[in-house]
Amino acid sequence: MIWNETKECMSRDEMQVLQSKRLVKTVERVYHNVEYYRKKMQAVGVEPGDINGIEDIHKLPYTTKTDLRDTYPFGLFAVPNSEIVRIHASSGTTGKATVVGYTRRDIEIWSECVARAFSQAGLTRDDIIQVAYGYGLFTGGLGAHYGAEHLGATVVPMSTGNTKKLTTMMMDFDVTAIACTPSYLLHIAEVLEESGEIHKLKLKAAICGAEPWTDAMRVQMEQKLNIKAYDIYGLSEVMGPGVACDCQFHKGLHVYEDHFLPEIISPDTLQPMAAGETGELVFTTLTKEGLPLLRYRTKDLTSISYDKCECGRTLARISRFKGRSDDMLIIRGVNVFPSQVEAALLEMGETTPHYMMIVDRVNNTDTLEVQVEVDEKFFSDEIRELENLTKKIAHVLQNALGLSAKVKLVEPKTIERSMGKAVHVIDKRKLV
Amino acid sequence: MSIKQLSIFVENRKGCLEEVLEILKNENINIVSLSLADTSDYGLLRLLVSDPAKGKEALKENGFSAMLTEILAVKLNHKVGKLQELLSVICDAGINIEYMYALSTGSDDASIAIKTSDLSKAMEILEKTGNVEFITDQDIANI
Repeated sequence: MIWNETKECMSRDEMQVLQSKRLVKTVERVYHNVEYYRKKMQAVGVEPGDINGIEDIHKLPYTTKTDLRDTYPFGLFAVPNSEIVRIHASSGTTGKATVVGYTRRDIEIWSECVARAFSQAGLTRDDIIQVAYGYGLFTGGLGAHYGAEHLGATVVPMSTGNTKKLTTMMMDFDVTAIACTPSYLLHIAEVLEESGEIHKLKLKAAICGAEPWTDAMRVQMEQKLNIKAYDIYGLSEVMGPGVACDCQFHKGLHVYEDHFLPEIISPDTLQPMAAGETGELVFTTLTKEGLPLLRYRTKDLTSISYDKCECGRTLARISRFKGRSDDMLIIRGVNVFPSQVEAALLEMGETTPHYMMIVDRVNNTDTLEVQVEVDEKFFSDEIRELENLTKKIAHVLQNALGLSAKVKLVEPKTIERSMGKAVHVIDKRKLV
Repeated sequence: MSIKQLSIFVENRKGCLEEVLEILKNENINIVSLSLADTSDYGLLRLLVSDPAKGKEALKENGFSAMLTEILAVKLNHKVGKLQELLSVICDAGINIEYMYALSTGSDDASIAIKTSDLSKAMEILEKTGNVEFITDQDIANI
């Protein structure tokens, strides 16, 4: 089913006209309401009058996570705080979170986008949807929740953490769809497989996102649970989950282009790339009021196609992600930058800043081990002291990353020093 | 009288312990006694050696975390209840024992190496009993 046929199936020409109109308005609003952007535009000699349509997009400056950090917390908001009805936050590259704000209309549009995604997954008001993303500052839980309500479905706001309760309710309530991270769904599948209860499920669809996954994983979970699984994409800076989602043909994720204008650029030269070429995905928000962003660099690597999909939608499609152009990791759905680990260790001041992160996927769950060198400064001849140190580091990392990590002490100088860019991560997961 | 123990952080990896021992051998350092405490990820090797300071330097040069810790080494007669008597004195004074291990001095006597929560206080009360014989760094070096 197509939730909003007018928008999702309009001709490319019509879409470009709509995008151009909205872009011009966005640029004007941003220029007049956000000092930071005004200065940024002035710095490259662009005024709102220079932007007459999407063909002028390349004249606009890029936005990165650094801009959000430099204006922390509300510096890029384009409306007074009285207009903001919701705040979300995700991890920044260092200690400070990336803060995003939404007006009432932003929430409505977000809900519409998520409803479109759920429709793509064949869901309607007759479905019972369990939302098993974390609720809170993370956009996953509330984003999926509002979208499912907007769809008119029955929402079970599970959040994460209690798999036993989740599976019990899944069976007792005849839940027909679940929204969660792909790795969590595989974990749920295993739990149900072990208890021999899969046949009791009425589940027919899963809408998974917030971390990279492969088509092989999709097939695996579809077979295990006898369902259809869909890939939903989003990032809090742009909105949250529901920026794009794939349909039953699984030939790329449809971008809700009437709200988010996608571009693919070369992460090296920052020049635009042709359709079909792999580069960094960049978004300009076209309708957002709270936090409009011009050419936000997602650092996600993908390619784009403007061909009409078999499902009837004319929306541009982005391919499954081929990695990142920065060093961000997504571990159990949480964005993690190695620099956060470094900052936390330095702040703690009891270890060397030499560390190695080892990311793996064991039984479909991501694991993070952080190796820290034991040097003279904090070495003790008592196991208890070393264990206390391990716990303290784990605690500091938990606070900094919002993620539990196994801390392993290693001998000094065993973590490789590099003259250039130090290698701080070994990712053993095979996701691309 | 306390003595210096050489403590070394050893990862749980093949050949690590052997590497430590080879470094000490090359420096002509004699190991008189040892204890190895292990966890799932790493171990702590505690040694009484003929020249702890030299041992520490050699290990550090080779990239190991090593440190010197002051501990007590006490001679005990080979008689039933001797260790218990010694510990009751320490215990009555409210001092904790962090760890201990047997120490071979080559003579007929048995000895024990003890790390307490309060080194100077433990030393003081043991001295007060009048019948405790401490082993010194010099004793270790001469073995």
